[in-house]
Amino acid sequence: MSYSLTDIFGVLPELILVVTAITAILVDVASKGKDSSATMLVTAVGFIVSGIAAISGVGTIGVLMNGAVFQDGFTTAFRAIFCLIGFLTAIFSPAYLHFRNIRLGEYYPLLTMSVLGMMVMVGAANLLLFFIGLETMSISLYILVSLNRTNSKSIEAGMKYLVMGAFSSAFMLYGIALMFAVVGSINYNDITNYFLADPTLGPLTIAAVALLLTGFSFKIAVVPFQFWSVDVYEGAPATVTAFMSTGPKAAAFVVFIRVFGIALHPVASHWTLLLSWIAILTMVFGNVAALRQTNIKRMLAYSSIAHAGYLLVGIVAGNHAAFAATGYYLAAYALMNLGAFAAVIIVNQRHGTDGSYRFDALKGLGFAHPLLGISLTIFMLSLIGLPPTAGFLGKLYVFSAAIETGHIVLAVAGLLNSIIATYYYLRVIVLMYMAKPEGDTTIPRPLPYAITLIVLSVLILLIGVFPEPVISLMIAVAP
Amino acid sequence: MIESILDNNLITFLILLVSVGALVGLFIGLSVFLGPKRTSKVKDSPFECGWIVTTDAWRPFPIKYYLVAILFIIFDVEVAFLYPWAVSFGNLGMAGFISMMVFLAILFVGLYYAIKKRVLDWR
Repeated sequence: MSYSLTDIFGVLPELILVVTAITAILVDVASKGKDSSATMLVTAVGFIVSGIAAISGVGTIGVLMNGAVFQDGFTTAFRAIFCLIGFLTAIFSPAYLHFRNIRLGEYYPLLTMSVLGMMVMVGAANLLLFFIGLETMSISLYILVSLNRTNSKSIEAGMKYLVMGAFSSAFMLYGIALMFAVVGSINYNDITNYFLADPTLGPLTIAAVALLLTGFSFKIAVVPFQFWSVDVYEGAPATVTAFMSTGPKAAAFVVFIRVFGIALHPVASHWTLLLSWIAILTMVFGNVAALRQTNIKRMLAYSSIAHAGYLLVGIVAGNHAAFAATGYYLAAYALMNLGAFAAVIIVNQRHGTDGSYRFDALKGLGFAHPLLGISLTIFMLSLIGLPPTAGFLGKLYVFSAAIETGHIVLAVAGLLNSIIATYYYLRVIVLMYMAKPEGDTTIPRPLPYAITLIVLSVLILLIGVFPEPVISLMIAVAP
Repeated sequence: MIESILDNNLITFLILLVSVGALVGLFIGLSVFLGPKRTSKVKDSPFECGWIVTTDAWRPFPIKYYLVAILFIIFDVEVAFLYPWAVSFGNLGMAGFISMMVFLAILFVGLYYAIKKRVLDWR
């Protein structure tokens, strides 16, 4: 088994990140743990270079590495998105880590390796490579979550995430093993062909599909496997929460599309109803729980559960237009959620607040800090799903795909839930612009935050107005 | 084709599983039901090489043990990769050599990192 140059160039973004992570480790060792800004710089440059390499792959469609890696629109688009998420997380982390007094240079290599794992996941064309990517991503995240090691909440979050993550990985691995026992191959394409030839389900297949579904449900945090996510999101350092509520979730969703939407599509009639119920329950749970939160971080955590519900609608709809819609919505979700968390992190550094992410910290900030106010408003409008933002088009595409394929109940449930969600998202905007400011409204405003907010809000408006390039990119290879 | 082979293998495997379970169950069951049971306080106490137990086994001990154990596992796995590589070295050619060198280089960066972070410094 040998690889050609095409193979090597096809996985260039991943290779660049491997080199970046190793360089970052060496730079961190050389700085003797005093100052991690050099490590941050190496990581940021690595993400930019890797992102450029990813974008240069636009338009190439094929299979690499003897059929182990898909080179298609999903791979290209999400590699680029992950690089953007990684880059922005890396540049806005130093100020936060300094604020929280976390002085560990390991943060940046771990971030790089987590993004690497996500890239491997979205490109994987077989279950085993996907699993390796998943573990690379998860193991880095377990450490990142508990990085604030003097804080008992952070330790608790890390412990919960480790136990739950290991548990769900075990489910996933068992599912993969049983799938191999049934099909005799771990390639997605072979799985499709096997079930195209024989769409009846034996007990072994049912067990395999159920175990895989359980594993995925844990990873994307949908009902009834969502309980870990809120505590983990709350306890983790906020920059890590911003990162892990966007990138890893998007990566798991892309694999979910590849495995359930495409590879197991011939047996879709067996799991569609179950997935529809999971989608509806997830939306309702996320939105109803978010209504009652007094902590912005927890509110955003529940909102991200609700969004997983909307995204599942696209997978249930199950044709290629629906997958493109889901891919678009995933991209939009990643951008707006990262933006919302970045804005909340800044708000939380307001003088006189105790750093506990209460809604009160937002009072009257809109006029005192125009950039923060406007960008947080854009993120919230996009999360609600109002035009002209990307969140609106994402919902529109996903729900109309559901209606076209006859899942009208799902589309109605999604719309009703979006209306409920309006309340808690609008509360953020109302508090910023219509409440009287209390006390000191000065906030340290480092440049990286401004860059992050501007880049993300401009991108959300841009792909909200011109969705065509993004949506035409979201093509998945199917046998 | 694949299915028939797999089914045969699966049946062989199931026969093995059942017979192993039955055999183990039989032996344990026989000793439980037929064997005499004489217990005493001394006999039920934890056995520690014949010494009298001094403390509970659940007590904190230095984290350095864990670090060394983790490093050991990494290099244990490395050896597990190196043996088959060395055996089929001739067949793998240049590509195999380069892949393994890259793998070893990455591992050595890890070791360098561990040494520089004074994981092996026991003072």
